[in-house]
Amino acid sequence: MSAFRPSGRRWPHRVELIAAACLIAAPFVLPHLGSAPNTVNRILVWGLFGIGFDILFGYTGLLSFGQSALYGTGGFVAAYLLTRAGFPHVTTALAIGMVASALVGYLVGLVALRRTGIYFAMITVAIAEVFYFVEFNPLSEWTGGENGLPGVPTPAFDLGFTKLSFTTGWSLYPYLALWYFVGIVIALRIVRSPVGQVFRAIRENPLRAAAVGHDIHGYKLTAFVIAAAYAGFAGGLLGVMQAFMPPDAFMFDTSGQLVMQTAIGGQGTLFGPLVGAAVWLFLQDFLQATVGLGATWKLVLGSVFVLLVCFLRQGIIGGVRDLAARIRHKRATAQPPAAAPVAAPHRALSLHGRKRANPHHDGPILQATGLSKHYGGVIANADIDFSVNHGEIRGIIGPNGAGKSTFFKMLTCEVHPTSGKIVFEGRDITGMRVTDVCQLGLTKSYQVNQLFNKLTVRENVTIAALARLRGKFRLDLFRSMGAVPGLDDQVEHTLELVSLQARGDVPVSQLAYGEKRRLEIGLALAASPSLLLLDEPLAGMSPNERVDTVRLLKSIAMGRTMIVIDHDMDAIFELAARITVLQEGRVLVEGSPEEIRRDARVQEAYLGGMDGELAA
Amino acid sequence: MINWTNFVSQLINGLALGALLALISSGLTIIYGTLGVLNLAHGAMFMLGGYAGYMAWTATGSFIVAVAAGALALMAFGLLLERVVIRYFYSRPHEDQLLVTFGLSIVIVEAVRFFFGSETRLVPAPDVLNGVVSLGFMIYPKYRLVLVGIVAAALLALFLVLYRTRLGMIVRAGIEDPVMVDSLGIDVYRVFMVVFGIGAMAAGFAGIVNAPVVSLTPEIGEAILVQTFVVVVIGGVGSFPGAVLGGLIAGEIISITSMINPGYAYVMLFAAMTLVLVMRPHGLLGTPGRE
Repeated sequence: MSAFRPSGRRWPHRVELIAAACLIAAPFVLPHLGSAPNTVNRILVWGLFGIGFDILFGYTGLLSFGQSALYGTGGFVAAYLLTRAGFPHVTTALAIGMVASALVGYLVGLVALRRTGIYFAMITVAIAEVFYFVEFNPLSEWTGGENGLPGVPTPAFDLGFTKLSFTTGWSLYPYLALWYFVGIVIALRIVRSPVGQVFRAIRENPLRAAAVGHDIHGYKLTAFVIAAAYAGFAGGLLGVMQAFMPPDAFMFDTSGQLVMQTAIGGQGTLFGPLVGAAVWLFLQDFLQATVGLGATWKLVLGSVFVLLVCFLRQGIIGGVRDLAARIRHKRATAQPPAAAPVAAPHRALSLHGRKRANPHHDGPILQATGLSKHYGGVIANADIDFSVNHGEIRGIIGPNGAGKSTFFKMLTCEVHPTSGKIVFEGRDITGMRVTDVCQLGLTKSYQVNQLFNKLTVRENVTIAALARLRGKFRLDLFRSMGAVPGLDDQVEHTLELVSLQARGDVPVSQLAYGEKRRLEIGLALAASPSLLLLDEPLAGMSPNERVDTVRLLKSIAMGRTMIVIDHDMDAIFELAARITVLQEGRVLVEGSPEEIRRDARVQEAYLGGMDGELAA
Repeated sequence: MINWTNFVSQLINGLALGALLALISSGLTIIYGTLGVLNLAHGAMFMLGGYAGYMAWTATGSFIVAVAAGALALMAFGLLLERVVIRYFYSRPHEDQLLVTFGLSIVIVEAVRFFFGSETRLVPAPDVLNGVVSLGFMIYPKYRLVLVGIVAAALLALFLVLYRTRLGMIVRAGIEDPVMVDSLGIDVYRVFMVVFGIGAMAAGFAGIVNAPVVSLTPEIGEAILVQTFVVVVIGGVGSFPGAVLGGLIAGEIISITSMINPGYAYVMLFAAMTLVLVMRPHGLLGTPGRE
């Protein structure tokens, strides 16, 4: 992943250059190693097919077992045009096949992406099987059924002074290599773009990606269509390469082989599928021809695959990268920088809440009326009336099980109320989706950290900032991150605000707990909300960390409205001007810290029900 | 004009296939519901059950022994597989679980091909169950009718285990919340192992009792796996009644469509699945939020 980001300023395109050099060198080197040109060509087609799949699986985290459907669709559309329809131009036919496959991918994606996780995998398996049967029966007049479509021509270009034709073997190689190269260049642009960053966010934590304001369904569909386009084009190349479009392109085995090759080579690397295909096809040739295993090669390769999944999770490229990192780590003796002490930022930060969505609105920023939530017979919240003014810091306290978190989830539209109405800045947001509400300027930090764990601190904040700067969905597939106006400022300011500037390049998994809590708040802040909800920001912190975090919360409160849930009474009494006490899903009392402290009902609720919590 | 005799015969075929799918899907769905692992090798286990029974049948000539062997061998295989491989994948991402079970399915299929070759094998039904039976207005193969009964009995047994025993109560509790079950002091790993064994046994049993109807090849599991997925999506993941209902629906759709045009059987099955996904995304009898 990060290895393929242009890290050196001097060589911003070194990955592309290395890829080009390898592709050019291959026909001069590989024949001496005894590689058959047809095997090399097949590896390129699988590799190109796999680039799209890797964007879907390796980057976005969607494991599809149905890519054969799209591979076959693109292949058969192109082959039909070239054989039956008498279409003359090979490359254009491939492009039409690609578009057809992308369209089919869009429709298939609409169905398959209705569910996530294992459902998605099961649905894609079913889709692959359906396409196989459709190719064989209802559409056999067009596809040739089990005979496939023979006679697919190879490309030739009349350049005026000379005729350039690609036929078979090494003669076809430059044509395939060119398209592989184009494919990898486009894919590298995509994964380095804001869209690519959102893809990774979805893979790491789809819930949070949606909560910071990205339309994850739209982005998943995008990844699916991109994968379909790659599959369709590669399918067309398969027909060209073999001069025949085989029906087994549609077989489930094709999907399976793609999945295995990608996992063998290394997912999330773009080059993994090519490496995996090389391993797979060379081993197949070797086992079949040299060792003489016959049909047993697949048993051997299957066993190798199982062992690989068990012991080398990141595939060959991942394994090599880990090894390189370990060697580098041994050499580097420098200690990692000590965590910077938390200090409230001194200079006034410009990262204020956004302008009001509705400047003419001057009532309370948030007003909930009659809010109730029932889970079956369990009443989590009942008939809550709640209103917060612009610029206020509101505290919410209540014993465990008082319904505080459910109340927050309703306000951010993560769960929808059974009855009642929520108005944010004069707009009725009841029943809206969490993504849209975040885009309007209302977001929260979670009680249990919801971070993008495998990404760095800076990437985490970037993901949230992107949602603010680009809106919930935008197809800037070819824009570099540096070209998003205001992104760097927003990210750096947020990091400064939560005192994580020095930790920007550290993966989240290596952060201390207190740092993770601050990043959790940072994710919500990076979306520059006008109303920020904080669900137990102090949970699990040491007394020192609490003091620091309270100071942090005070500093970020300038210019924005906040609602804070916490069990730490001292912190809440210090922060909030007004406090709402919830008990058993209802508002018990509301008032200034002084009033709450003296209120007999509050003392009863805590001391009566939960001994000693107030004193703690 | 519909040929009514043909139609009724297909209806019963659908019932037999549906019952079979219900049994296999129950195995898949209780494994997923309890362990959180979607077993892509489930189709291969169905096939392996058939071959295990075939070996027992060639050795003894007894169909009863073959059925027992198919079921018990797969139970043992399931227990072993859970202990040696699956157990180490509980804490790993879903994708890794899918990849490893997919790899296992290939290893199982290719290992069977290595030992038995690709040609078809048949386990005949015992003589008493061979031949046809007259239903008055039509005749029907006797074994297929019996098959419906056998599979129904197996489903009933599974139901009794799940809903009337202590183990079943733990399994159903585990489907709802495995962490809670663990913290109640029940050794969840042992329960997981047994569940995987029972799930594998259901597949293996289905594989051998189906062997007299459809002859064995190493690939028969693949189509069954796909149909099983559709059943689970229709019925709802983790739901035993959902698996039974989904199985019957899928069986009838395949049978009735095949009568009109076999080429469209999968298209109709897929259309039904899409319809369910649009109308009730969590399946007919599934619980929302359980994934």
